Amino acid sequence: MSLRSPLGRVRGLGSAKEGVDHFWAQRMTALALIPLAVWFVISLFSVLGADHGAVQAWVSSPVVAGLLILLIAATFYHAFLGLQVVIEDYIHGEGVKLATLVAVKGASWLLAIVGVLSVLVLLLGEAPA
Amino acid sequence: MVEFNLPANSKVQEGKTFPAPAGGTNIKAFKVYRWSPDDDDNPRVDTYHVDLDDCGPMVLDALIKIKNEVDSTLTFRRSCREGVCGSCAMNIDGTNTLACTKYISEIAKDAKVYPLPHLPVVKDLVPDLAQVYAQYDAIEPWLKVTTRPPERERLQSPEERARLDGLWECILCFSCTTSCPSYWWNGERYLGPAILLQAYRWIADSRDEFTGERLDELEDPFRLYRCHTIMNCTRTCPKSLNPAKAIAEIKKLLVERRG
Repeated sequence: MSLRSPLGRVRGLGSAKEGVDHFWAQRMTALALIPLAVWFVISLFSVLGADHGAVQAWVSSPVVAGLLILLIAATFYHAFLGLQVVIEDYIHGEGVKLATLVAVKGASWLLAIVGVLSVLVLLLGEAPA
Repeated sequence: MVEFNLPANSKVQEGKTFPAPAGGTNIKAFKVYRWSPDDDDNPRVDTYHVDLDDCGPMVLDALIKIKNEVDSTLTFRRSCREGVCGSCAMNIDGTNTLACTKYISEIAKDAKVYPLPHLPVVKDLVPDLAQVYAQYDAIEPWLKVTTRPPERERLQSPEERARLDGLWECILCFSCTTSCPSYWWNGERYLGPAILLQAYRWIADSRDEFTGERLDELEDPFRLYRCHTIMNCTRTCPKSLNPAKAIAEIKKLLVERRG
């Protein structure tokens, strides 16, 4: 129970004076993902059922590798921003909220780095004989 | 965490039933939420049968008739009975609206009447508005200027004045704010649609000189950005205003000013 005035409680710790970057990044990554996702799905058909060598040949173009890295980065950045909003909406304990946010952010970074490195391995690795 | 179940002492129970006077042919059942702080009883839903041939056309007419003729303990706020004071906002037939402008004939079956959702209840249909009023206070809803006052009125062009249309009509009934799940989960930090529409009413006012400071105060992950644009506010507004659009305009200005 608190005897603080309603106005005092509502003003609380004041405005964080941030949030617009998050809002903008969420929309920009969403926009970027529209063409990237369409391109990726269409491209997958060209290597559907192909062996490792054919996929590596496809990824060995810097343009394709670059687009794949952009797709991976935008996907995991956008996913993290969205999950962050869900966590802030529904988890109210500061400790649990912080721990969940850190875990989700760590997982997003890890998956994004693994994805990017996989593209680089395909791009730079020796083509199988 | 969010609680999806009511605590045991808040579970709503079946209440009393009041039959209609004999001889009535046009009977409508009103199922009304009742709770009193003066006893330890759970909330209950009382059923009042009202003869519509002997009652005004609006839900508020029926509530006043019940209070006058059947059960004087029924408690609700009302004043203007014409949709300009906002006192009689409540949840009728599953939607937040004003009892005084809601036709009984628009309700197909039994008329369910509950207080505005997710606010503490003072008694029956009277919610505690302390928090929403404090949030209104916090946005400083008055003209703020540093320029010396003119001899006469502060002038606006017709276009500048027109930008306030759709904003000034808000009567602060809080139907929108209490229809918003984001406000239900995070109302102590999220300002909610009614207050954000009011905040935009001063941001959009060409006479106000503190637009930037007002935007500073709103730029916050919780105060503003808990709005996820699900539009419950716009759908429920009994004055047909568009709080979701006002919030979107605030978000646009915040993007615009970062260059």
